[in-house]
Amino acid sequence: MLKRLSLLCAIVIAGCTSGKSNNPDSTAAASAGLTGAGSTFINPIMTHWASEYPKDGGISINYQSVGSGAGINNLIDHTVDFAGSDAPMNADELARAKAPVIHVPAVIGAVCVGYNVNGVSTGLKLSSQVIADIFLGKIQYWNDKAIASANAGVKLPHEKIFTAHRSDGSGTTAIFTDYLSKVSPEWKSKVGQGKTVSWPEGGLGGKGNAGVAEILKQHANSIGYVELAYAAQNNIAYASVQNAAGNFVAPSSESAAAAAEAFPMPDNMTAMITNTSAAQGYPITGFTWLITYKDGPKADAVKKFIAWATTKGQADCKALYYAPIPQSVAAAVAAQLGTSSAAK
Amino acid sequence: MAVHVSWAATGLSAPQRIMALEEITLMLEPRPRFGLGAVLGKRPHRGDRIYRGVLTAAAISVLIIIVGLLLELVFGSRQSISTFGLRFFSDSKWDPNGQHFGALPFILGTLYSSFWALVIALPISLLTAIFLAEIAPTSRTMRWVERPVSFMVELLAAIPSVVYGLWGVLVLQPWLVKYVEGPIAKGPLSALPIFGDTANGYDMLAASLILAIMILPYITAVSRDLLRAIPRTVREGSYALGATRWETIKGVVLPYARAGIIGAVMLGFGRALGETMAVTMVIGNAPIFKTSLFSSGYTLASVIANELAEASGLYRSALIEIGLCLFLITLIVNGGAKLLIFYTAKDLNATGGKV
Repeated sequence: MLKRLSLLCAIVIAGCTSGKSNNPDSTAAASAGLTGAGSTFINPIMTHWASEYPKDGGISINYQSVGSGAGINNLIDHTVDFAGSDAPMNADELARAKAPVIHVPAVIGAVCVGYNVNGVSTGLKLSSQVIADIFLGKIQYWNDKAIASANAGVKLPHEKIFTAHRSDGSGTTAIFTDYLSKVSPEWKSKVGQGKTVSWPEGGLGGKGNAGVAEILKQHANSIGYVELAYAAQNNIAYASVQNAAGNFVAPSSESAAAAAEAFPMPDNMTAMITNTSAAQGYPITGFTWLITYKDGPKADAVKKFIAWATTKGQADCKALYYAPIPQSVAAAVAAQLGTSSAAK
Repeated sequence: MAVHVSWAATGLSAPQRIMALEEITLMLEPRPRFGLGAVLGKRPHRGDRIYRGVLTAAAISVLIIIVGLLLELVFGSRQSISTFGLRFFSDSKWDPNGQHFGALPFILGTLYSSFWALVIALPISLLTAIFLAEIAPTSRTMRWVERPVSFMVELLAAIPSVVYGLWGVLVLQPWLVKYVEGPIAKGPLSALPIFGDTANGYDMLAASLILAIMILPYITAVSRDLLRAIPRTVREGSYALGATRWETIKGVVLPYARAGIIGAVMLGFGRALGETMAVTMVIGNAPIFKTSLFSSGYTLASVIANELAEASGLYRSALIEIGLCLFLITLIVNGGAKLLIFYTAKDLNATGGKV
């Protein structure tokens, strides 16, 4: 049954591509469209791209924000043409995919450390060690010396800190814990890095960015990590975080882009870009990748869309609180897309 | 043309007359199409056969679905079962990073939150049902209340659980923190094991309260219908013996409906066990179990909803085994309810309904 269905799909696709070669504007080609699934993090800009790309002469895009892991599973099962993911595919997933895939960084996101502390409406500064110790439960009160020493002149209350984290598996958690694992050996050994981790006791789990944002809004003396877009749109105060160069940097499109520039791009483009060495780079950042098969019936159409998204599509990043991929990465992406199509 | 029967002319005594009437009624009834009549002689009509076939297929499909579900769950969780064995049910460490999975905090959290939901909902539901079935219909002043209240109770069941969750996060939790948990945590009651821990609103208490509101309409509506179905003669008998209204409700009506009410309670409990969305939004989602109502927890349904999308391999298998756990617990609860109903019904028959 499944086989027959996929055969049918293949025929339909073949029909569409042949139609396309005859007449690029044919409705048959446009109606074929591309489907993608995955990361909820990238969904706002993906929705935007889905409405802009056809206006710019592209085919229709249908993206389902089901979560990075689910998106990758869909790609492996060939039920979608591309996946969006906040974490690169792991060895197990690559093995299951059987055919070679390409990862293309599409946007950069910053994960900000949001807080709700009475009397501290803005401008809290946190060092990497302090963030790790708060989430490990070692720093229990807001007026702890470790926090106060970086925030001279800020009146911190003697109140217990509530930590909030994502209860659902999430790329945001992967970026945040990747950062903490890099800056704190204790974090690395006790908790580690992943989309879902075993949180130290006492933290509250909220479902989705919205769930964590809600905890932060409702509870005084709380701290948690959310995507920059959520914090900005919900008026949640967020901290400047001390980067590897020692500077306290606030999360923004610019500081996230600066962070990415400091990393050399590996051939498979799956770099984790937390704890940057860039002086003005925000340290808790990560790529969101678009992943697709290197070859296949729709590979060219997908690559064409990705090429558009990583060039023209980048213009709308900042309005949606993403950072555009820096020039160096864009060049690598173009080379990647170019070489793979040339090899074909 | 009418036939006039004069009883006097037949010369039958009163009991004989009744038997004669019954015989006539039987003769007038259409021939049986199902059951004994159908088995003994007449071939059923073709339409009847199709009808029966469809009914049988519908009934069997339920069985197939349940068995299929169970097999699928066992198949999906085979990796986890072979890795952890029975330890899965007694281990309280849930660490996706370390590939170490134990379901105990989720099992206890599910049972604990549902238990407290029942403790809160049961008295309210039962009293409401008694009011709706016994008090309101016979009271001249309160009569008008019956319909709107009945309607509202049923409306409670129609509200989607995510709406309860929203209400829980936006209204219930801040209120609890300010007026219930805060004062209790500062007062002497905090020494009790059920009131210790931090009072931040994301906890068992909030989850249990929301669950209580969600199962309330089920217990109320079923109990109300049960009470209404009790024959008038039962109550009238009690009144005739000189019992007051309260004595009648307590001694006759409630025992009469006891088996059904236990069924209603179990229905509510079962629903509380599987409720996902609203609980996930307020319980705090921490894989730990403490007896304190002010402590965060986690339930079986919540952890699946939260983590399945990003899980793969052994992790995914463990989550499916969590689903199996939930399935088995529901099965045990339902089986227990059946047993309980069986024994209470037997007890009732033996004593003829204790008065």
